[in-house]
Amino acid sequence: MADLLRRIAEQADASAFRELYQVYGPRVKAYMMRKGTDAATAEDLAQETLLAVWRKASLYAGDRGSLTTWIFTIARNLRIDLLRRQAPWQELPEWRLQEPSEEALPDEAVAEKQRQSRVRTLLAELPADQREVVGLSYLEGLSHSEIATRLCMPVGTVKSRMRLAYQKIRKGVEDLE
Amino acid sequence: MTISHHLDDATLMSFAAGTLPAALAVVAASHIAACPLCRTALVHAERIGAALMDDLPPATITGASPPMPDGSRRAVPPHAPAAGPPQPANSVPPPLARLIGNGLDAIRWRPLAIGVWHHRIALDRGGAGDLRLLKLAPGRGVPEHGHNGMELTLVLRGSYHDAIGTFCAGDVADLDDAVEHQPISDAAQGCVCVVASEKPARFRGWLPRILAPFHGL
Repeated sequence: MADLLRRIAEQADASAFRELYQVYGPRVKAYMMRKGTDAATAEDLAQETLLAVWRKASLYAGDRGSLTTWIFTIARNLRIDLLRRQAPWQELPEWRLQEPSEEALPDEAVAEKQRQSRVRTLLAELPADQREVVGLSYLEGLSHSEIATRLCMPVGTVKSRMRLAYQKIRKGVEDLE
Repeated sequence: MTISHHLDDATLMSFAAGTLPAALAVVAASHIAACPLCRTALVHAERIGAALMDDLPPATITGASPPMPDGSRRAVPPHAPAAGPPQPANSVPPPLARLIGNGLDAIRWRPLAIGVWHHRIALDRGGAGDLRLLKLAPGRGVPEHGHNGMELTLVLRGSYHDAIGTFCAGDVADLDDAVEHQPISDAAQGCVCVVASEKPARFRGWLPRILAPFHGL
């Protein structure tokens, strides 16, 4: 994947872009639809997400999270833009994309891949009550108050479950840092 | 700028998920822009989102042709400006500057109580929550209050202290409705902060309660 991105960044390689779209397009579309977007809009957003990757490929800093994480944040922001036109953190790339990609270390890319797959395992191992609030937040797009209402529990309980999940996952990748 | 008060992990997750109400997201982003610790913490929270997205059953792409990238790729300069932080003290963080401009001195303050001013900030259309700047003269206090829902306060200038501790420029107070506090500003410099809440604060005592409807606090 990192190689596709490099080909896009360095050679504006359209076939690399198509490959990337084949991999991530369906995932981003699924994420948008899960959040309640209709299929056609979801596909538009998936296209926009990948086109943003094309435009910004040369700014991607591989040491700041995996490509999947980067694509997730772009998709998330586009979704927010759709809802309220402009996300306040849209202009945050000054820190995230501060270094050109050619300096990304291959070792770091491998380590990040390991962290990513570890996080997936850890998510699957979370107690059901923690996994539920995490899913409602990230995938259903509910705020903590909305989750509290949905599950008929105090916001404090939602937050403490979120915190426990976060801490478990963060601790779980510590040895890969 | 030494930052000693940070965002709660649950708040970072909500921010990463894109579900933090808009007003709170502005304050969270403003803190994160200046705080390396919370930036690292945010990457962990975003990785969770990426893993969840990756685990969804992929949707079928129905469009006949994939999007065609054009030559606009170079619209983004290949070398972005140097790292945002550390920002000069007393500057307005970029996520907030987008809404109020750069100069805190140009703000049109409205009096709220003796030695206390505020300025309500308009959110983008559809943005949830209440966002305002608060200015306290040296040694002034905000009436004791609790919160209906979450409240995020980021100090921009000067400092304040309350039962939780001392909050200086860059520090964020991440409070939920369990907390009642009574911030007092620094005796020499006073304090300017930006406060976001899900719902307006609730004050104890009759005077603030009488004033609240007029000032929208």
